[in-house]
Amino acid sequence: MKRHLTKRNLFILLIAIATGYFYSKDGSITTSVVSTATSFALPLALAAMVGIMCERTGIVNIGIEGTLLTSAFVAFFVSSMTHNILIGLTASVAIGSLLGLLLAVMSVSWKMDQIIAGTIINILATGLTSFLYVQGRTIPATFPEYDIPKLMDIPFFGQVLFMHGPLFYFGLFVILSLYVALFKTTWGLRSRAVGEHPSSADTAGVSVLRLRYINVTIAGAIGGLTGSFLSLELVGSFERGFTAGKGFTALALMIFGRWNPLGALAAAMFFGMTQAYANQLMIDQVVQIPTQFITILPYILTIIVLAISAGKVRAPAAEGQPYEKENA
Amino acid sequence: MTQSKKKSFDVGTWVIPLIAVIIAMVIAGIMMKFQGADPFRAYKTLFMTSFGSVKGFSATLGKATPLVLAGLAVTIGLRAGLFNIGAQGQLVSGALGTAWAGYTLTGLPAYIHLPIAILFGIFFGGLVGLIAGALKAYRGVHEVITTIMLNSIIMGLSDYLVVYHFREPGQLLTRTREVLPSARLPFVFSLPFGFFIAIALAAVAWWIMANTTSGFRFETVGRNKFAAWYAGISVKRTLMTAMMISGGIAGLGGAVETLGVTYRFEPAFNAGLGFDGITIALLGRAHPLGIIPGAILIGGMRAGASNMQFVAGVATELVDLLMALILFFVTAPLVTRFFKNSGSKSVTGGWGA
Repeated sequence: MKRHLTKRNLFILLIAIATGYFYSKDGSITTSVVSTATSFALPLALAAMVGIMCERTGIVNIGIEGTLLTSAFVAFFVSSMTHNILIGLTASVAIGSLLGLLLAVMSVSWKMDQIIAGTIINILATGLTSFLYVQGRTIPATFPEYDIPKLMDIPFFGQVLFMHGPLFYFGLFVILSLYVALFKTTWGLRSRAVGEHPSSADTAGVSVLRLRYINVTIAGAIGGLTGSFLSLELVGSFERGFTAGKGFTALALMIFGRWNPLGALAAAMFFGMTQAYANQLMIDQVVQIPTQFITILPYILTIIVLAISAGKVRAPAAEGQPYEKENA
Repeated sequence: MTQSKKKSFDVGTWVIPLIAVIIAMVIAGIMMKFQGADPFRAYKTLFMTSFGSVKGFSATLGKATPLVLAGLAVTIGLRAGLFNIGAQGQLVSGALGTAWAGYTLTGLPAYIHLPIAILFGIFFGGLVGLIAGALKAYRGVHEVITTIMLNSIIMGLSDYLVVYHFREPGQLLTRTREVLPSARLPFVFSLPFGFFIAIALAAVAWWIMANTTSGFRFETVGRNKFAAWYAGISVKRTLMTAMMISGGIAGLGGAVETLGVTYRFEPAFNAGLGFDGITIALLGRAHPLGIIPGAILIGGMRAGASNMQFVAGVATELVDLLMALILFFVTAPLVTRFFKNSGSKSVTGGWGA
């Protein structure tokens, strides 16, 4: 465990050194690269929260990708039809919760294989969004950037952290509060107990099934928020296959971050940085890399990261198993 | 996964998927109505195009061929307790390898060229499967994530290879040259030969699973890794072999598609075939022969989709929607009848396992 921790710290250190080096050479470009990295990282981290919420209570959610895709689609098209991005946001959070609820029904009540349940959500999402997709729609506006006064003037960190849109800040808030909630509140303790040893939690008076339902549904809502962030704030458009595997990368980040919201956030940042730097190297023409290699970089990283960490980290013990009361 | 062989051919095996198909069609029909299209006209065109004539049926079987193989690939994985979502990437690798062998190797007679080209497909598909299998066996990385990631990696790599190295000379499109006639699969009674290969392979797979030690080893690992380990089966090696075979079959799917239908590699050609394989495997309840009707149905829908779009103005993506709905409705009752009844733990445990 200890060895693994230092390995991750090494990653962070390397990134910090690289950033410092580039910053000393050209401050403004480095700042904008890191700022881009943060925008890349936030949706991944938020999507990882969906996974953490579910898995900490013992439900494997492989349908994150589908949740993101559907909610990004709903966010975009509802905004486009109503000319109001707030309605789009609300609708996408609603559809996200609904998909969470569907996963809960399939895995908690119907006791289906959770991997298959998640896959069904993914396939449903692809089918629905590609069938209902209409070309050439636009939304009135994306969520505008809101620079936080005073804080934005801090060199480097000001632009990196405090010059984003409202959903970015809200997303960051969600991640931090999930960390607090998971480790400092009764709800968190109960959730983790249900994920580790449901029968003990049950004996202690926690309703396992109810808590699983609630958490998986809230997780779906976070997924909806993530989808909105992607289509209404970060990109401002939608096309078929829009989320491009982010939901799966998020699962890898969750594992790399050891089911800890802050760990996943750090892992996502590592991801975002790598991609932002690779992009910048390409733009600067420092190295001639075919675009395809830049595109597949995050996927290769995901596999490497998992190969390093998967065998060593421990998932919540009751993960993937439906709960059946003994002597009920 | 663990129903006995006799039981797996009970009434439910046929009735549930049938009901699922009907419900899915009704729901998709209602959605078409909302879009202002005529669902009856759409369905009629869809199925008359693909099943209404010999030519149409031949096209259907052509479309169904890689689907049978992709479905079989996923099925073999499921049998050994692996959920291979990477049939897509394995199939694409196979298709590219086969296409390359099909147009580069010149001066060979068909009876040598064709098998070699096919072997290239199996090899590259199997290689991609083996990567995921090895990561699973030795690093404990869950195959669902690695195979998904490999799908995207293969997509990027194949695009890169075609754009920078294998592109047809003087061609603006991202595609390779056509495979030589000596490597093309023939038609038998105007039906694609590849289809018969696929069916034969499914039958062989079924026989192996039911009657041989290797099949037994697969199933035992799939049902209970610890029991398998206790019984002296090398779980790691079995997992790797299963992923490799699964990938090889998917690669064969790509090979057959390339040599029998498309005659060249173009990244967009094989889009989604591997994912259809998942639906087909689950529809056929992970039975090597049970996947065939589903593959023909979906192949038919794929074959008739563009004509349906032309005649009834319904987007070809209707097929994706139909498949998703079918999968949902066929799996939901499986809860009680199949997955739950199996009594064993789920197909896939946690991430570490």
